[in-house]
Amino acid sequence: MAPLLEIIDLRASVGDKPILKGVDLVVNRGEVHAIMGPNGSGKSTLVQAISGHPAYTITGGSIRFDGVDIGEIPPEERAQAGIFLAFQYPVEIPGVTNAYFLRAAYNEMRKARGLEEMDPIDFIDLLEEKLKLVEWGPEIMRRAVNAGFSGGEKKRNEILQMAVLEPKLALLDETDSGLDIDALRIVAKGVNALKRPDNAYVVVTHYQRLLDHIIPDIVHVLADGQLIKTGGKELAFELEARGYEWLTGTPERV
Amino acid sequence: MTESVESLVNRDYKWGFVTDIEADQIPAGLDEDVVRLISAKKGEPPFLLEWRLKAYRGWLKMTEPHWANIKYSPIDYQGMVYYAAPRTKAPLGSLDDVDPKIRETYDKLGIPLTEQKILSGVAVDAVFDSVSVGTTYRRQLGEMGIIFCSFSEAVREYPDLIQRYLGSVVPASDNFFAALNSAVFSDGSFVYVPKGVRCPMDLSTYFRINAQNTGQFERTLIVADEGSYVSYLEGCTAPKRDENQLHAAVVELVAMAGATIKYSTVQNWYAGDEDGKGGIYNFVTKRGKCAGAGAKISWTQVETGSAITWKYPSVILQGDNSIGEFYSVAVTNACQQADTGTKMIHIGRNTKSTVVSKGISAGRGQNSYRGQVKVMPRADGARNYTQCDSMLIGNRCGAHTFPYIDVQNRTAAVEHEASTSKIGEDQIFYLKQRGLNTENAISMIVNGFCKEVFRELPMEFAVEAQKLLGISLEGSVG
Amino acid sequence: MIEHYLREYEVAAADGGATAPGWFRSLQADAIELFRASGFPGPKDEEWRFTPIAPLVRATFRPAGSATPVGLTDLEPFLFGRLDWPRLVLVDGRFSPELSQLPSIAGLAIANLASVVKSGDGDLASDLAEASGRTVTPFASLNAALGMDGTVLRLASDSVMEEPVHLVHVTTPGSDGTVTHPRLLVVIGERARAQVIESYVGLGSEGCYWTNVVCDVRLSRGAWVEHTRIQRESESAYHTGVTEIRQEADSHYRSFSFAIGGAIARHDLRSRLGGSGAEALLYGLYFGRGDQLVDNHTTIFHDQPDCRSWEVYKGILTDRAHGVFNGKIIVQPIAQKTDAKQTNRALLLSDTAKIDTKPQLEIFADDVKCTHGATVGNLDPLARFYLTSRGIPDRVAGELLTYAFAAEVLNEISAEPVRTVLDRLIHGRLASDRLEAHDAR
Repeated sequence: MAPLLEIIDLRASVGDKPILKGVDLVVNRGEVHAIMGPNGSGKSTLVQAISGHPAYTITGGSIRFDGVDIGEIPPEERAQAGIFLAFQYPVEIPGVTNAYFLRAAYNEMRKARGLEEMDPIDFIDLLEEKLKLVEWGPEIMRRAVNAGFSGGEKKRNEILQMAVLEPKLALLDETDSGLDIDALRIVAKGVNALKRPDNAYVVVTHYQRLLDHIIPDIVHVLADGQLIKTGGKELAFELEARGYEWLTGTPERV
Repeated sequence: MTESVESLVNRDYKWGFVTDIEADQIPAGLDEDVVRLISAKKGEPPFLLEWRLKAYRGWLKMTEPHWANIKYSPIDYQGMVYYAAPRTKAPLGSLDDVDPKIRETYDKLGIPLTEQKILSGVAVDAVFDSVSVGTTYRRQLGEMGIIFCSFSEAVREYPDLIQRYLGSVVPASDNFFAALNSAVFSDGSFVYVPKGVRCPMDLSTYFRINAQNTGQFERTLIVADEGSYVSYLEGCTAPKRDENQLHAAVVELVAMAGATIKYSTVQNWYAGDEDGKGGIYNFVTKRGKCAGAGAKISWTQVETGSAITWKYPSVILQGDNSIGEFYSVAVTNACQQADTGTKMIHIGRNTKSTVVSKGISAGRGQNSYRGQVKVMPRADGARNYTQCDSMLIGNRCGAHTFPYIDVQNRTAAVEHEASTSKIGEDQIFYLKQRGLNTENAISMIVNGFCKEVFRELPMEFAVEAQKLLGISLEGSVG
Repeated sequence: MIEHYLREYEVAAADGGATAPGWFRSLQADAIELFRASGFPGPKDEEWRFTPIAPLVRATFRPAGSATPVGLTDLEPFLFGRLDWPRLVLVDGRFSPELSQLPSIAGLAIANLASVVKSGDGDLASDLAEASGRTVTPFASLNAALGMDGTVLRLASDSVMEEPVHLVHVTTPGSDGTVTHPRLLVVIGERARAQVIESYVGLGSEGCYWTNVVCDVRLSRGAWVEHTRIQRESESAYHTGVTEIRQEADSHYRSFSFAIGGAIARHDLRSRLGGSGAEALLYGLYFGRGDQLVDNHTTIFHDQPDCRSWEVYKGILTDRAHGVFNGKIIVQPIAQKTDAKQTNRALLLSDTAKIDTKPQLEIFADDVKCTHGATVGNLDPLARFYLTSRGIPDRVAGELLTYAFAAEVLNEISAEPVRTVLDRLIHGRLASDRLEAHDAR
């Protein structure tokens, strides 16, 4: 079986500015990968490019998901294929309730798999169980998507969506940023509960803090658009203790 | 996103077909004889002819207003036909006698004129080229004392009511287009709800323009007597034609003490093609009067059609504690222009008004909100809240707001808020990442933006409005 | 009554023709033609719809004649206790060298307009020509046609003025029936920093005269200007003023417009953000009592991308006073990333005061953040109750809340002496309103 995600020599740029300068990455089912690196190294670009963000132009290399080259396919089809991006800055959609939005997204996934749309009543049952995971009551479903949510609520909402959509590959982009310890615990609990042998995670983070809660199998260091080091979870501790300077050779700008 | 705005195409107007039917049409042009002819054709009593003539003479002295933020080529008032009616008009009383071609037209428009097939709980007056061709559910309504019929019929059957209320809210001298309408109006709908009666179903008029080169001048008059309630819906479509057609209607609402009138419009006249050729000039005067204490008038409009929309559904809050509301979604795409809003005139004490306006501009569309909130010196405790939001799609369109606030009472509280936003690429990507395609993503964002207005619409209308919105913005964002 | 002013122009042209240079005379000639064509605005003119200026138009004002002698002691109450600040004083429209104080400051060139016209400042001709072409109201045309004096202030690039310059316009008692047309030109060089205070003062409390000002302000790239305009004319006087601001990239302009005087007072402020990164902050505070008409029209042109404007205007109206506010924001198609916020609020403190307010957005670009808000009303009854429940008498509570309403804008003035004086002025005004209301009862 082909790896779940196989990235070969990926190059991507914003406008004329190259951000990714040849990234190779293989993620197998059941694995948790952490991508660490200094600010501006291209971590967010990598996960956004995997999900097909239009701001990034792929200038070279390939991304294969489940054995299929997805470089040319639109973001909604990547999502339907099972790629989920938990945004660093989840977007507000005023006037659209969380319930309506989630059901619409869920039904798109079902349609893509040739399944019938789920009716609102059954969907409420499904939600009830998922809401427990993020320790929320049903009232959150009546609020507009992320509108007026606190930073922590937005991140919890991302995990709720992930729980409902059950992706094969979840990309968590700085999910720990701006979280207090309680929200971090809830987010991590959600992620761990959703871990299965047939899905995988790529966790992008600047700090080791999140990795205390979500234990990675493999840790990569991304610097200046390239993966410069790969190791086990102990690499994260080393980075925490020593910073990135020993790897990149330049002091990190704050 | 912007590049794809350039390719503004596929604006499919599925209501643009023409019904081939013989029409009773008088020659183009307008003078006193034409006014007399229209009145004679309709067999009107002398008071109405006098009223028309007075309006006509007043109109001659008026000039077409040009203060609105709209541009159009001059209208040739003498080149227009002022009366066109399908020749085989249904005899009153039986819907089965409606001309099959017209019945087919309404079937195609999704408005079947047979009561068995019709959406349950909605009574329809179908107006074809300004002439009412059939009204459903009349008997059931009649049993409750509710009058719902064509305007011509009301003139014959209830002349006293017409004489008392016609022009009582929008006088013939009110403005250029209202004067013109008063002189030449051909038909429309009339509703009277007696004291204390709650109208059990939504009443609705479906306006259809068919004939070519004709002006459309309907008149709607709704009177809700003390403590009564009525919800009224209005829908409009027209064939695709290359020349512009003038639609200058007048709607008058009278709500007595404790009465409520809810008036909803989904306006989808032909908007012209991508280059602005053809389409309806929708120059309409709509006004309601809360004549007694505790009366309530609520306007809800979804304006997606017409080449030009120029209308300001207004409320005169005369009775103490009366309430006026205006909820509006106006979409301008391609070369459409809309200058629309409301007037809330607070005269009585503790009167309240709420204005929620959502303007969406795409393509080269120009969308203006023009509103006035006026608090007269005796309107102690008057309250107004206005919210006026614009959404822009692409950078060749425009959004404008002209809110006039005129307060002459210290105890009044008037609040106005306005904002402008665009559909963000980040919003679209977020929704796409959750599996929605672009079209669904935009429709979801736009419907969210308009939510406060849609929730004021009756259910079937709301669904229709959401669909229309999707269609009218099709191709505006890639 | 435009004939009166056309005749006056003919007379002035015949008199002064000999001394003024040709370019100046031709500017005046152009301006009078503009005025002849437009006449005075009427109620059908959208920009003047709520501003009944008939009394002003009906009257015929003659040019201000020889001034009543004014000494520094007469002026002192209006100088914020800072006699040391540089100042240029116009008395009844004419430059007063005795009362002015123009120290030499590095980079600063300041002089009265008449002398600059005579001596022939190289840029003045083109600066004025350009400016008079941009001014828009008939009053501005009249100013350009009949204006005799004013101020020309230039600050060289990279110069920094430590203290504000005060431009004082005084009308003396006994000036009934006269008009002055002060003309101001302020040009600030690149990265230079300036503070300008512009005052209009009526020395007699009841004079029925007319001040008709035009002020042009230009900010070069990166310039920084704080501009305070204080209108304290007699309450029987007429005041019409146009301020035109043009900003280049990365410049910062901050305006505070204070209006308390005038039977009819109209101020048009037009700010053009003509370079990316420019920023305009406009604050306004106005008071009306008796039969005063106070009108503020502001227009902000977002002509270029990435500019920011922020506007807050507040008015307090009592008796039969009539307030008018019109705030336009126009965002051109290329002005993406515009950030514009406008707020206007009015307090009506009597049954007969009224306000016409019209915030207006015209937006032709899609990636913008534009909001405006308007509120009209009385003091918050809850806040009032809260204060009285703490033992504060109701009328004091009302005064306190009214003051708080004004103070929010007043605090935006950075020059402390000015703030203090205006603060006292507001307190005095509120107290006298209260006493009058008390007497009436």
